[in-house]
Amino acid sequence: MSQRKRLNRQTWQFTRDIRILSSAVAVGPREGKGPLAKDFDKIYPDLYCGQPTWEKAERQLLEDAVKQALKKGNRLADEVDVILAGDLLNQTITSNFAMGQLQIPFLGMFGACSTSMETLSVAAALVDSQYAHYTMAACSSHNATAERQFRYPTEYGAQKPDSAQWTVTGAGAALVGTGTGMKGPRITHATIGKVIDMGIKNPFELGPAMAPAAADTLSTHFLDTGRKPEDYDLIVTGDLAKVGYQILIDLMKDLDYDIAPVYNDCGIMIYGEDQNVFSGGSGCASSAVVTYSHIVKGILSGKWKRVLVCATGALFSPVSYQQGESIPCIAHAVALENAEGKERS
Amino acid sequence: MGNGSTRQQLQMKAAQKKYQELSKKYVPAPRYTLNAFKAFMVGGLICTFGQFLQWMYAQYFGFTEKTASNPTVATLIFISILLTGLGVYDKIGQWAGAGTAVPVTGFANSISSAAIEHRSEGFVLGVGGNMFKLAGSVIVFGVVAAFLAALIKTIIQMIIGGGT
Repeated sequence: MSQRKRLNRQTWQFTRDIRILSSAVAVGPREGKGPLAKDFDKIYPDLYCGQPTWEKAERQLLEDAVKQALKKGNRLADEVDVILAGDLLNQTITSNFAMGQLQIPFLGMFGACSTSMETLSVAAALVDSQYAHYTMAACSSHNATAERQFRYPTEYGAQKPDSAQWTVTGAGAALVGTGTGMKGPRITHATIGKVIDMGIKNPFELGPAMAPAAADTLSTHFLDTGRKPEDYDLIVTGDLAKVGYQILIDLMKDLDYDIAPVYNDCGIMIYGEDQNVFSGGSGCASSAVVTYSHIVKGILSGKWKRVLVCATGALFSPVSYQQGESIPCIAHAVALENAEGKERS
Repeated sequence: MGNGSTRQQLQMKAAQKKYQELSKKYVPAPRYTLNAFKAFMVGGLICTFGQFLQWMYAQYFGFTEKTASNPTVATLIFISILLTGLGVYDKIGQWAGAGTAVPVTGFANSISSAAIEHRSEGFVLGVGGNMFKLAGSVIVFGVVAAFLAALIKTIIQMIIGGGT
């Protein structure tokens, strides 16, 4: 086996049998009432998750997801060589504080809502290059902590437009290791995105802002791997929601890729039509919660053989948009496939 | 030397402009008529209720028509803050838009919601420091606008010699 690890500048191929050995998610009340509720490991009935503040609640969700993923994978925290985690809050305090509790060697990452696949691709690379036996990828977001940081006080009665999105409350974690004797979706490729800024300035239009970044990463992935959209049974983006979803389909069509038959968006999948979430879900947890529960289960059950998860992130801050700057965006894609699935040569 | 990059920058700018135009087609347009109607109805309803309160205070509690406005505003503020604390004001605000934002109730909501939000950071730096986070600009520009209006009025009076 002399397969290349670097397919091109942006795409990595994992040559060893790297897998998501186990994964777990914890979510808040609204997600728990959504159509994917049966796939979630833990559902809290209120946004506080038994904690005195929302920031602590988000930490609780992250710790729950990590601990549950370890438990499901039959591993102790001591056996994990490094955990890669991030969140949306300033200085990624959720991850920093949660990892203080867990005492696993920790690399904090920030990729806004793309953090889920950013952490997963690096976690897989560290195992593939044998710097670690077991790694973990984790991230979280919380509706109320995000509202406070990026928008208004939660109880403030401002009207939001239909293109706004609802930050997902939840956390997801995946245990990554080699496949020997273990079952789990195989991580085959990762495509690292570039920052794409098409000049959208309105923070209530994150879907339109992020869609070009997703189109750039997806088309790069197809070019680098020689694959086509139809080689996947499912292609999901993290949180483009309804507005961005339609834009991405059309942007990809312009590039001669028809993704519509296999395409969905985690921000649309996680909530029901009647849940009043405007355009759809957003936040690190949008892609993490859907991927590490619903999609992992779907791959294991054989529902999908090969899935491409493209997590999208809007890399702005409240200061940058108040100063009139546009919203720089990024997308990272990770290809997952059924354990029995044969690698295309 | 700089030519290449300038060309690239120009192309990028053109692409950005094109995309911004394109993306506008996908973003659902605000429902101006419906929003204006809702705002008119709810805002009007709040003001009518205020009028009723004022009449009531003047009729049954010994206020004059002028002094009755004080307990009227206090009552509206109290109801607004209560609804904010109970977590329903933001839901009404999403439906009613400017209808609940413009009257005194919106002002009370902006102050109380910020106070609740920042309570976890303590009374001094949290509640005290953030209460006027949203309302502050209303006060600042309200005072500035009032000053300018008074200034214009005074100047006009000086020129045409009106007033007493």
